[in-house]
Amino acid sequence: MRAFISSVYLFLYAPIALVVLFSFNAGRSASEFTGFSTAWYGKALGNTFLVSALQNSLMIAFTSATLAAIFGTMAALGMERLAPRNRAIFDALFAAAIVVPGVVIGIATLVALVAVFSFVNPALATIWPGEQPPQLGLGYGSIIAAHGLFSMALVTMIVKARIASLGRDIVEASSDLYATPITTFRLIVLPQILPSILAGFLLAFTFSFDDFIIAFFVAGSKTTLPIYVFASIRRGVTPEINAIATLVLVASLLLILTARILMRDKKPKSGE
Amino acid sequence: MRGFLTAPIGPKTLMKLERMTFMPAATNTKRNLVTAALVAPAAAWLMIFLVLPFIAMLVFAFGERAPEGGYQAAFTFAQFARLPTRAAAFWNTMVLAPVGALLCLLVAYPVAYYLAVKADPRYRLILVSLVVVPFWTSLLVRTYAWMYILGSRGIPNLLSMIGLEDVRLLNTPGAVLLGIVYGYLPLMIMPIYVSLEKLDRRLLEASADLGAKPVSTFFGVTLPLSLPGVMTGVALVTILLLGEYLIPQLLGGGKVFFIGNALVDLFLQSRNWPFGSAIAVTLVAVVVVILMVAMRIAFRVAGTRQVDLV
Repeated sequence: MRAFISSVYLFLYAPIALVVLFSFNAGRSASEFTGFSTAWYGKALGNTFLVSALQNSLMIAFTSATLAAIFGTMAALGMERLAPRNRAIFDALFAAAIVVPGVVIGIATLVALVAVFSFVNPALATIWPGEQPPQLGLGYGSIIAAHGLFSMALVTMIVKARIASLGRDIVEASSDLYATPITTFRLIVLPQILPSILAGFLLAFTFSFDDFIIAFFVAGSKTTLPIYVFASIRRGVTPEINAIATLVLVASLLLILTARILMRDKKPKSGE
Repeated sequence: MRGFLTAPIGPKTLMKLERMTFMPAATNTKRNLVTAALVAPAAAWLMIFLVLPFIAMLVFAFGERAPEGGYQAAFTFAQFARLPTRAAAFWNTMVLAPVGALLCLLVAYPVAYYLAVKADPRYRLILVSLVVVPFWTSLLVRTYAWMYILGSRGIPNLLSMIGLEDVRLLNTPGAVLLGIVYGYLPLMIMPIYVSLEKLDRRLLEASADLGAKPVSTFFGVTLPLSLPGVMTGVALVTILLLGEYLIPQLLGGGKVFFIGNALVDLFLQSRNWPFGSAIAVTLVAVVVVILMVAMRIAFRVAGTRQVDLV
């Protein structure tokens, strides 16, 4: 049993470890370690295409995760005040947003946006007073919207679970002491759900930062880091990709570990 | 008991109790406005970027391809009639996705069992974290790692040193299955772990006290009680695999392609959007059927359980 478990952990981490190891390889070889060097990191960070793709990814991840954290938290707070039937509709839509494969979300968003643009752009052209009417198109906005959908569902799920585990008694105590609903929220509810909001934000950020398939469909001419890495892989495996991959791994590792620490239940476990 | 009854209750609690018990929520206008304002952004987002896109996709699926690519309005079932031309993609997906999910299950169950039942509680949190973390790191990078290992300069190169020439590992169904197990193992372990962790240990003791051997306790008590977790895991992994693109693309190299690969080809290369939409609609229909069957079984086996994805 133990041997099997150990080999599963080895299976999970050895491939990643290998990529990290060979990102420090001095030579180009993929099977022979010829010496320690950080040259590939220098090469990767000197690559302007890569750096701009990284900036795009960070901007998109930050924006979509921020919107998701705000709107998702609002939805989680509002949903428990809804009539059961409406709440069930929301639950179903959020579940759909999480469970529908990314490839379908990407396609559906692409199709819908292109259809909308085909109506809006000519209309804008006719009512626009100036010479050059703005052209709506795919780009950062569409990636943020599509990522925001999954992320919002994720944040709502996490924050809702936290709200459900909150004691209602101290909220009632607060209002018994004549605190306004807003004061109660600010002083009692918010501090208690803040860790899960932050965790939701970080997971949403990680999701958006790592997502390839949705962005692949709706990015238009823009490039995100995963799209850049994917294109590079198709041109051939190089140690430079190992360096980029290692950077991506370290970034998501830090994000997910922070999220897990934030989500740890502080309550002592009930006695068994 | 008396003390409880005479305990002071604040006026606001009384009002709230009254409202909860006697008045339907809908009578409080201000409360409803606040609720509406809270859920409005999420509702708008869901409408514009989930519901509307699905309607658009459905409309496109009944349309025709414009001569220059894209979509042309029409009402025809022609796109659905052409589905058999992509039978290979459907066949690969429908075979390799469930097989991959079952392979995942075979590896995942012992791990989940170990984590929930056998592992030292002091290290449990760390061990569970070590399983979850890979799920949240880039699937692209993790799949790339196997591309690297299975590629000609990886394992085949090492094998050639001991005399095994020309072993091809990459771009085979086996490589795709390996990638699937690697990519989705964490997602399979988690729900099973959750259902095993909630297992009442007294049932196992009772079974042992009544003279059952460990093996029959496992098959008579543990396994049946963990079935909801197993169902959740298998359903989740299968559904996500049905839309998989990266793993067959990188490890199957165009030889072992899934529906996801056909969709990327139709949308981004040959620009046949209506046919692509028809395939996507069919894929969603399959997903819905699998979900319904899985939920039916899960409900029958035991009550539903929340799954921690994080």
